[in-house]
Amino acid sequence: MLLRLEQRPEVSKSMVYASPLIAVVLTILTAMVMFALLGVDPVKAIATFFIEPISTLDGLAELCVKATPLILIGVGLALGFQANVWNIGAEGQLIIGALAGGGLALAFYDHSSIFLVPAMLVCGVIGGMAWAAIPAWLKTRYNTNEILTSLMLTYVGLLVLSYLVHGPWKDPEGQNFPESRLFHESALLPILIDETRLNVGWLLALLVVVAGWLLISRHIIGFQIKVIGMAPMAARFAGFKEKRLIWLTLLISGGCAGLAGVIELSGAIGQIVPSISPGYGFTAIIVAFLGRLHPVGVFFAGLLMALTYLGGDSAQITMNMPNAVIGVFQGMLLFFLLASDVLIRYRVRIGPHKVQAEVAE
Amino acid sequence: MSVDWLIPAILTIVTAATPLVFAAVGETVVEKAGVLNLGVEGMMIMGAIAAFATAVSTGSGFLAVIAGAGAGLLLALIFGVLTVYFQSNQVATGLALTIFGLGLSALIGHSYVGKTFEGLAKLDIPGLSDIPVIGPLIFGHDGLVYFSVISVIIVAWFLNRTRAGLLVRAVGENHDAAHSIGYSVTLVRMGAILFGGAMAGVGGAYLSIAYTPLWVENMTAGRGWIALALVVFASWKPWRGFLGAYLFGGITIIQLYAQGMGVEVSAQFLSMLPYLATILVLVVISRDSAKARVNAPACLGKNFHVSV
Repeated sequence: MLLRLEQRPEVSKSMVYASPLIAVVLTILTAMVMFALLGVDPVKAIATFFIEPISTLDGLAELCVKATPLILIGVGLALGFQANVWNIGAEGQLIIGALAGGGLALAFYDHSSIFLVPAMLVCGVIGGMAWAAIPAWLKTRYNTNEILTSLMLTYVGLLVLSYLVHGPWKDPEGQNFPESRLFHESALLPILIDETRLNVGWLLALLVVVAGWLLISRHIIGFQIKVIGMAPMAARFAGFKEKRLIWLTLLISGGCAGLAGVIELSGAIGQIVPSISPGYGFTAIIVAFLGRLHPVGVFFAGLLMALTYLGGDSAQITMNMPNAVIGVFQGMLLFFLLASDVLIRYRVRIGPHKVQAEVAE
Repeated sequence: MSVDWLIPAILTIVTAATPLVFAAVGETVVEKAGVLNLGVEGMMIMGAIAAFATAVSTGSGFLAVIAGAGAGLLLALIFGVLTVYFQSNQVATGLALTIFGLGLSALIGHSYVGKTFEGLAKLDIPGLSDIPVIGPLIFGHDGLVYFSVISVIIVAWFLNRTRAGLLVRAVGENHDAAHSIGYSVTLVRMGAILFGGAMAGVGGAYLSIAYTPLWVENMTAGRGWIALALVVFASWKPWRGFLGAYLFGGITIIQLYAQGMGVEVSAQFLSMLPYLATILVLVVISRDSAKARVNAPACLGKNFHVSV
């Protein structure tokens, strides 16, 4: 074969950062071809997708609102992925967290208290952690695969939500819609900029980015997470407690997802509805990879992915495009990213193997 | 217990199990070759929409199945190129495949919502299909049900009784050894991945043209993931995968008949059963970690690169 991969002696640092950019460019180019094939002006489509949504203050605020859950969950998942703990069920943890916090808001629907929002946030974190604790317990106790168990629990979580909004938590004064009561004003997160939906949740997301960065680069636990991911044998010899790290990474990522859920509920929605998240828990997986499993990278990747949601909405409104196109974009982006990641560990060579040349010398 | 109740119940178990049989048997071959493709859900849903679109526009069930297999195969090709040639992480690539497949199928399926197809024709052999009890149970299914059983037989025979099957297993157990005695690991793996994709596509096709002949977004509802769990449950053996799929079909039946029998449980709790059962099954089978390790192909999930 003429093209072949040759292992680099060392991981290429520059490719680690260049690869996401290559992936984004390739995704946009492919999307333009796709639009052209669908008979849509590609330049106009890209503008509708990526520029129009953020050309106003309201649009920018909305970008941060959408990025908040993605960043929160992405930071948590990135920690786990570094330790080879594959929590795929963040969507379920988000829902259970939202239900835990939202349940509290419903219990005190006619009370006004400044403690309600903090208590809801705490409940959200605990709810998400509890849901993530199940795969953690099953993995450490029974050796089950956390990918499958956490994912199955997502479907269970969605059904719990459906049961509650169709049954016990349905608004008793509503018109039989599967929705809860509207939350009391003191159960809503404070808004940062008037006339927008930008709320305190955004600041919490920034806080989690900083905390995640400190944990991974400045704390012994972060070091252990990285070692166990890259060299599990070495970690075992060094006496790191593998089970403890599995618990820790799953609880952190579950807690982050639960927090994201309750922020979405009390910051952006204001009541419990049958569909709390448009798949933030799954998109956050892409966010974590695109952000190079690093909290700061996750921050930027979260903003970019939030833009695809806004772009999908605006394309649906102005160009009548089904918003399923978002998933296509996101999947494509991850494909291109994974493909260009090969350049981190390998370089592409043209021509036959070098060994033959060396032998000839 | 009356027989008129039993026969439709068994027929429902069969239709609920068949898509899982296809997906699980396909994935068994993939994993036997040492590749973990978590994109089964994405390949199934693409198979479902491709088959449904073809069925609606041509009216041919046969062409629909071919289209479903083709769609699954194409998606598997992306996965194969990325993991086998580009050395990408199999877990991440499989997840990408699922996200991509769910999105693309929804995009394509947009214009097929609300369309109908009369469903795959049932076998009708004059005389045989009319025999009471045995007739509908043995001679009364659609073609794909028989094909699913045949595919299990063929795959079990292929993996355990043929030289090519031995090669697939060798590549999955020790890719370096297989490579060193002159076999192409990449070709074997690509072949297995494409086969798994086509089978997942047929499984998806069964959902949209036979199980419920219509198109709904996300209609696979986690069946691809359940199929992945079945492979583990079956200890990578095709026949056990087949039994597992029928076990899950049985759980679906409980869901449908429990309310009919006057059990006072919300529909949502009954719908949780397959997912909870999957978790339970995983716990039972993975409990003994030493045994689980012996059964799993040793190179499962590991990429292969010729280092010079």
